[in-house]
Amino acid sequence: MPTVMELYQLLPKTNCKKCSESTCMAFAVALLSRKKKVSDCTPVLEESFKKQKEKLELLLLPTAGAEETGMIVHPELCTGCGNCVVACPVDVANDPHGAGTGCAPTNDKVIFKVIDGKVMAFNIKECRRFGKNRVLCYACIYPCPTGAIEFV
Amino acid sequence: MVTCTGCALLCEDIEVVIENDRIKESRNACRRGAARLRGCKNRLAPSFNKMQTDIDTAIKKAAEILKNAKSPMLFGWSNSTCEAQVKGIQLAKKLNASIDDTSSFCQGLLIERVLKKKFRTCSLEDVRNMADVLVYWGSDAQDSQPRHLSRFSVFPRGESRQRGYEEDRLAIAIDVRESNTAKICKGHFYRIPLKGDREFILALMDALSGKVPKYDAKRILELAGIMKKAEFGVLFAGIGLTYSIKEDIDILVSLADMLPNFHVMPMVGHYNMRGFNEALFKETGFINRVKFEGKPVHDNKYAVVEVLKAKSIDALLITGSDPLSSLPRSVLPHLSSIPVICIDPCVTLTSKIAAVTIPAAASGLECGGSAVRMDGKVIEMSKVVENSYLTDAQILTRLMEGL
Repeated sequence: MPTVMELYQLLPKTNCKKCSESTCMAFAVALLSRKKKVSDCTPVLEESFKKQKEKLELLLLPTAGAEETGMIVHPELCTGCGNCVVACPVDVANDPHGAGTGCAPTNDKVIFKVIDGKVMAFNIKECRRFGKNRVLCYACIYPCPTGAIEFV
Repeated sequence: MVTCTGCALLCEDIEVVIENDRIKESRNACRRGAARLRGCKNRLAPSFNKMQTDIDTAIKKAAEILKNAKSPMLFGWSNSTCEAQVKGIQLAKKLNASIDDTSSFCQGLLIERVLKKKFRTCSLEDVRNMADVLVYWGSDAQDSQPRHLSRFSVFPRGESRQRGYEEDRLAIAIDVRESNTAKICKGHFYRIPLKGDREFILALMDALSGKVPKYDAKRILELAGIMKKAEFGVLFAGIGLTYSIKEDIDILVSLADMLPNFHVMPMVGHYNMRGFNEALFKETGFINRVKFEGKPVHDNKYAVVEVLKAKSIDALLITGSDPLSSLPRSVLPHLSSIPVICIDPCVTLTSKIAAVTIPAAASGLECGGSAVRMDGKVIEMSKVVENSYLTDAQILTRLMEGL
């Protein structure tokens, strides 16, 4: 996953404000959270920045599959253990006798479900990282030893 | 609902989508279980001397081999239903054969002590509802029994542990490497040197009896404090611990005696290994390595590794196991010089060298039956997909009739 600094290093660093962000650093943050696209930065589109533009697009490739909350599930790393299904506080609240007690989810209100040995995210708007009162929740990242769940 | 036979947890909450008598999609099963439920890639065909034949001839030839052998051995059993295991023991009795299963180089030592009631043990439901201190010792449950932590031990909320892993439970890992389980236990991971389990147990026993342990005093005293205060502790003893203290496993019994609130659970790999151990224990009083000579005789020389080393058998029947992939190379040459009968649903390395191969239905998928979970609970399995394969138990019955 790219960092903000890595993205910033590839930007023009002129703080020209053409992208309507106040600084290039702010634009890098917006890029990573997918609020802006690379093409929003007009100087980067010029011929002299061609290489940087390609590098930026390459760095941002892994974030392309992210959900609205920024969640990415790497199916190649997931072992389907279901730790995230049981640990997610939303799953526990919505399905206390199913996912909350470690059993299979009993309704469709849960966020995580294991399908074909890999975890998949549903009802993403229920995630605590989404909406007005969002919090920086790590409940699904902490129990995953393989790092299959990431947020960008 | 389908029962998964991927590991000894026997998860009963699997949902499947079936298409053309094959499982197309599984839900709630881990990656290991999902692969198991998809079935074999290469289905085994009945054969004799590497020539394809029909199943009746294969069974007839197998019966002939067993009949003519002076000291046959029956091995495998950990991936068969309880019904097939009982038939297998009957067959061994009839043939005066030796019988052994994979527990002889796996968790046999621990299971024997659990069955003889030398350890306090509990069910996995008790772990979910009551356990507050969980010790993974020489066991990487996260990889070997992937749903162990999420279904029963660390993460679920239980009756007396409503706040789950956040506040109510403490997971501790003791291992030689930072396994995936140890990564989850984070601050409570105790790394020990290879073969260092014995010293660690002795140091822990010192700490529990109020002495200063010989090494890493601060951390071991801290661990002893946690274990002493536990209301319902469980020690998940993995194969790493069993292999390391093989000869004097009784020091683990002494350690368990010093911890009155602790329960010991052997972390079994194959789905029905404990089932075979219980069946043979009920029949003979021993859990493995038995030879029937009118009466059952137990000796270490009847272990599968020892008989292959000593070349003391002249025929081998293997049910649902692949010794060619799991046994050390040095003991294998004898396998190629004796007739091997392989009963398995899939093509394995062992089936490739076998004199007779008999395809069986995959238990829990193509046939029903019962199996024993790692904590001793009997789980019923149902038939999921239609097929015409014989079950292990049916094949063994026909073998007995053929004798």
